[in-house]
Amino acid sequence: MSGHTVTFDGREIPALPGQTVAAALWSAGITAWRTTRWGGEPRGVFCGIGVCFDCLVEINGRANQRACLVPAAPGDVIRSGDEDVA
Amino acid sequence: MTPEAPPRTLAVIGAGPAGLAAALAAAQRDLRVTLIDSAPQAGGQFYRRPAAALGARRPQALHHQWRTWERLRDGLAEQIAAGGITHLTEHHVWFVERVEGEGGFAVQALIGPEQQESVALRADAVLLATGGYEKVLPFPGWTLPGVVTAGGAQAMLKGGLVLPGRTAVVAGTGPLLMPVAAGLAGAGAEVAALVESADPKAFARHAATLAAHPDKLAEAARYGVQLLRHRVRLTPRHTVVQAHGKASLEAVTIAALDPAGRVRPGTERRFRCDTLAVGHGMLPHTDLAEGLGCRVDGLNVAVDAEQRTDVPGVWAAGEATGIGGAALSLAEGHIAGRSAAARLRGRTPDPRAWAAAAKSRTKAREFAAAISPVYAPPAHWAEQLRDDTLVCRCEEVPASAVREAVDELGATDARSVKLLTRAGMGWCQGRMCSAAVAGLAGCEERSARRPFARPVPLGVLAQTPDEDEPTPSS
Repeated sequence: MSGHTVTFDGREIPALPGQTVAAALWSAGITAWRTTRWGGEPRGVFCGIGVCFDCLVEINGRANQRACLVPAAPGDVIRSGDEDVA
Repeated sequence: MTPEAPPRTLAVIGAGPAGLAAALAAAQRDLRVTLIDSAPQAGGQFYRRPAAALGARRPQALHHQWRTWERLRDGLAEQIAAGGITHLTEHHVWFVERVEGEGGFAVQALIGPEQQESVALRADAVLLATGGYEKVLPFPGWTLPGVVTAGGAQAMLKGGLVLPGRTAVVAGTGPLLMPVAAGLAGAGAEVAALVESADPKAFARHAATLAAHPDKLAEAARYGVQLLRHRVRLTPRHTVVQAHGKASLEAVTIAALDPAGRVRPGTERRFRCDTLAVGHGMLPHTDLAEGLGCRVDGLNVAVDAEQRTDVPGVWAAGEATGIGGAALSLAEGHIAGRSAAARLRGRTPDPRAWAAAAKSRTKAREFAAAISPVYAPPAHWAEQLRDDTLVCRCEEVPASAVREAVDELGATDARSVKLLTRAGMGWCQGRMCSAAVAGLAGCEERSARRPFARPVPLGVLAQTPDEDEPTPSS
């Protein structure tokens, strides 16, 4: 299977076709990609099926995307950051 | 086929076991079915598979009942080719409403991974197969990265071929824990502990019911063998008391439970791990049914023997009508699809035509009823919460705030706690904390009556109704 790459906070990480952003981040050893508004606590994937919204991440400039649902497309620019209140 | 009459249309929401069985049963009886699902491919959570492009050589290694899946998958492909089923992937349904005057229903769905645009799909009837999601009760450290739901760990494994971590602890209660532990071990993780709060002796009280389900026993035995092969031992009557770590999970402490469901002091044991897969059972997705005004009994959409809700033209099947597993979902979906096919033509269906599915439904419900009291979370789980343990993950509401709302401000129901503390007002709309809040408030867990099934951009709500999308009935 041939892979591609995406960037996470400027760092290049591999991703496989069809893999979600969360799966690509986990594969690269990244388990947290957001900090909470009040406590500044790290968060990553929790429910894994789009229900809990813990895995929110910025993808190609779009804030608050659920990393566990969105497929990682070649060249995606993924950024961590503080929670945005939409 | 009746060329003189326009084809009757059924929108099936959800493409898991119930939705697939329903869509096939209805399409094979000449309904025009639109199968609407949020995932990029059919199967739901139970038959979740790696994306085709991932090129997994043996995706069935992570699944059981693979042959059933193949039958559903091939049936779906045939019906799509024949025009009986239109399969809309990556359609996130946020609302279903009755169309005033014209009759029928409008299904509102956000499209694509972006979920910024909404389409409205019309159908003569609706079949809700919205499935369920996992319930997790809080404990100190449960918000640390590396702590995932048991189903979430399985989803990462099944869908992304990603091993969540190298050393895992699987904990909680319920029939999902064994397959998750077996899946993780089979994929190469070290499963340091499989911690189940239930007492295996409790199953003895239901021996007669269990004996009537040799297939279920065989399934459990298969997982048992897989776990033995990987030297994973089940630790019953234990619970997680804390997850440890700073930036992410580093270790988990478990402890033994006494017969009353309290932690026995001095029995704590600590396991180093980078993943904790935890779950305390399942909850049904009932938002769309409630939006339509369907009656909900406790947490489940109420249905009759034909899987009809009390709203004419709306059927429901699968976990949404009560948690019971894939076999029950398949049976309910099949019955619902056949009932819809007959009723939409003005015919009263003969239940004898689906006697086999009805028998399977009865057996599966009996089994679910027998095991659900056994797989109950520890009775005194709330005593493990420290004051600073977050109960609501989204709004970061600690247990102390919920306790204050209950003990000092007099809240006796989840809604009052929510208004006093913001628990349940965040992104997930209480899906993750409602069980915990109900437990702390000492009230019965109820469905939350959310106006929409998922977050909707304000721009979508501001739009005038748009009917120019392709509709199954046009």
